[in-house]
Amino acid sequence: MNWSEFFAMNGYAFYVWGSYGVALLVFAIEIALVRNRRKQTLRTLRLMRDEMGESA
Amino acid sequence: MAINWFKYSAPSTFYGLAGKLIPFFAWPAAALFAFGLYIGFFVAPTDATQSEAYRIIFLHVPASILSMFIYLIMAGYAALGLIFNTRLSSMMAQALAPTGALFAFISLWTGALWGKPMWGAWWVWDARLTSELILLFLYLGFIALQASIEDPRRADRASALLAIVGSVNVPIIYFSVKWWNTLHQGSTIKFSGTSMHVAMQEAMFAVLVACWLYAIAVSLARVRSIILEREANTQWVNELKEVRS
Repeated sequence: MNWSEFFAMNGYAFYVWGSYGVALLVFAIEIALVRNRRKQTLRTLRLMRDEMGESA
Repeated sequence: MAINWFKYSAPSTFYGLAGKLIPFFAWPAAALFAFGLYIGFFVAPTDATQSEAYRIIFLHVPASILSMFIYLIMAGYAALGLIFNTRLSSMMAQALAPTGALFAFISLWTGALWGKPMWGAWWVWDARLTSELILLFLYLGFIALQASIEDPRRADRASALLAIVGSVNVPIIYFSVKWWNTLHQGSTIKFSGTSMHVAMQEAMFAVLVACWLYAIAVSLARVRSIILEREANTQWVNELKEVRS
């Protein structure tokens, strides 16, 4: 079996790679969102703390 | 092993524990996913009736199983939070919902891409497919309800009720292929054994475990942010080195 045959999936390439491609994309987006949320949360917490420090 | 489980039911201690646990789930998840796909694409033979299209099964079945299990775990945590008033359980339920919704989406998406070449239709209003779609809506409803109520404890209680009532849908999905005449095929893996080739079983099992580990890792990472958001302005949060710096 060569690579072009492998990627052709015997005519089912769109369905097979469409399934795996979208799933991997979904995982990648979820990981990016979770990381971004942590960054945002920490940023907000630091801002809140700094404001509290100034008012004290 | 003497572990004080109650110690870790406090958000402040669980926050640190979750952070330490994440890599132990994330890296094996990536390795097992790669291993499962290798077996699934290079070792498992071509199917006699479905040719190469059947390889969608290695993703479709694990994603579907996870979408159902995560729902039950989410509803369980939500119920614990409702009954015992434990904040961390409600936060865990909140952290699991988006991941469960994503698995429900992947299940429906891969199902559509598998249904088209095999049944000739992207979608049919079959009992299995419809109940899985309802599952996705239940997840989205849970997330929306949680987000729409300002007071987090009230949001926890309202969304917990939704999660608990909605969990009736999970056995409906599971048994739908037995109870009704569905276009969707019956279970491939049964308690009585399976007709599947060994390499196919291995690939599916590896991806299933990988999805489990992924779901745990990503939910733990998410719950850490939820804990910080909800515990903002407490002393322990302000003393964390990631907040102090």
